[in-house]
Amino acid sequence: MLQLNDIRWTTETGEKILNGIDLTVPDGKLTVITGPNGGGKTSLAKVIAGLYKPCGGQIIIDGNDVTDWSITERSKNGLAYAFQQPVRFKGLTVKDLLSISAERELSGAEVCHMLSEVGLCGRDYIDREADASLSGGESKRIEIATVLARKDAKLLVFDEPEAGIDLWSFTSLIEAFENIKKDSSRSLLIISHQERIMNIADYIAVVADGKVKTMGTRDEVFPSLMDKTSATRCSLRNS
Amino acid sequence: MNSITEQLLGVVSDWDGSYKGAFNIREDGGCAGRQSSENIKIEPKNDNPGIVIRISSAAQQETVYIPACVTKAGVNDLVYNDFIVEDGADVIIVAGCGVHSEGEEEARHNGIHRFFIGKNAKVVYKEKHIGTGNGKGSKRIDPVTDVEMDENSYMEMDTVQIGGVTSSNRLTSAKLGKGAKLVIKERLMTDGDETAKSDFKVEMNGDDSSIDLISRSVARGNSYQEFVSTINGNCRCTGHSECDAIISENGRVNAVPGLYAANIDASLIHEAAIGKIAGEQITKLCTLGLTEEEAERKIIDGFLK
Repeated sequence: MLQLNDIRWTTETGEKILNGIDLTVPDGKLTVITGPNGGGKTSLAKVIAGLYKPCGGQIIIDGNDVTDWSITERSKNGLAYAFQQPVRFKGLTVKDLLSISAERELSGAEVCHMLSEVGLCGRDYIDREADASLSGGESKRIEIATVLARKDAKLLVFDEPEAGIDLWSFTSLIEAFENIKKDSSRSLLIISHQERIMNIADYIAVVADGKVKTMGTRDEVFPSLMDKTSATRCSLRNS
Repeated sequence: MNSITEQLLGVVSDWDGSYKGAFNIREDGGCAGRQSSENIKIEPKNDNPGIVIRISSAAQQETVYIPACVTKAGVNDLVYNDFIVEDGADVIIVAGCGVHSEGEEEARHNGIHRFFIGKNAKVVYKEKHIGTGNGKGSKRIDPVTDVEMDENSYMEMDTVQIGGVTSSNRLTSAKLGKGAKLVIKERLMTDGDETAKSDFKVEMNGDDSSIDLISRSVARGNSYQEFVSTINGNCRCTGHSECDAIISENGRVNAVPGLYAANIDASLIHEAAIGKIAGEQITKLCTLGLTEEEAERKIIDGFLK
């Protein structure tokens, strides 16, 4: 279980981004964090993964206070994190990256299988460098595959996995998330605006202005989010 | 040959106790073994120290090994090797060099290789360099490579300096005839106070010739590297050079690319990038479970692979 207690984070320039986040992500469930742009969702994901150090609060994973743990320590203890903006590597192939992630040398067939989960035809990518020659969508899907390759990960954090992905690949991705959901020992935390992802969530938290505004089951939160979205669309149409 | 040579050969030229086919092993300025094959004849030169390697048209996908090793301080080896590749031949040349020193004096290998590549011939040239040993004397490798490529010939040069070489001055020049294609992949690693200079001069003289020159280097410690390339397009041709360098600690890299087009149909491109390892790359690999040190090593190994 992931528990966030009063998490605060301020940028180097003094801008307060997270203003006391309290949130619990239960084991074996899919929790979606949604909310307006600039509300602090990505910063929160980075704080959880260890990329940002909070200036206040506690991060508890499975009873351990990991607030001061390094990125590597968190990863080795079962936390996997997919970047919103994929990182490019000159010289490292897609197979290299997935093998690092899986902590063993993967066979070509294994790499193909992993890439097919994110809608890529593996044979075309195995030996390609994960560099700027890949399109944004390709990089994004490979980024997601590096997290799906972490079979030992207990908490998988995805930051806007839908961004830059075509509809067909997105369907594959939804299936991959649903398969992970079947494993009760793994938890999913997904930052997303996508209705289809929220639709398979067990819990939804709305983060805005650096705080959790709403948290509840999908049935509790999702309808009101859709009402707001419809109202916004109507008001835009009538204006 | 001595045991140091055997060890160096294992690193630089795929030695596993023997070579299949033609080979010439040079050790401390002398010949430690030589064998010709039916299609590849190796003979000593008459005018200078070195050998002439004649590769006949009948050679198809054959490999010839021409490694050189310096195994002690105080050796200053200079060798002239000529490769004559007949029309239509297809050959792989493995020409690694290792310099080992445990002494105070300099240990040096200076190999001057000339290639005469016939029409439609194909050459893959592999050159791996390494310096080993704890001697205070410098370990130098200064290769000079001159290439003349005839019509529609192809040459791929894969050159690597793994590390441990105190000083290296690499001069490569090539003249390309009609339809000739040259591909050069260079990878250099320097550390400590090492220096490495690479100087390429390519003349494209025949229509539809092309050069693709890719150099990747890593300069760590206080080391210094210099990359100079001059690509001259004198006809309808294409030229591309790319110099990517990673610097860390106090490493320094000076990249001086040059393109000279003397024909309206010459199409020449250069790309260059020098910088430290991007922090986000380290971070990404840490999220996959590597430590920062492991991540840096992985990135550098991949970059130079």
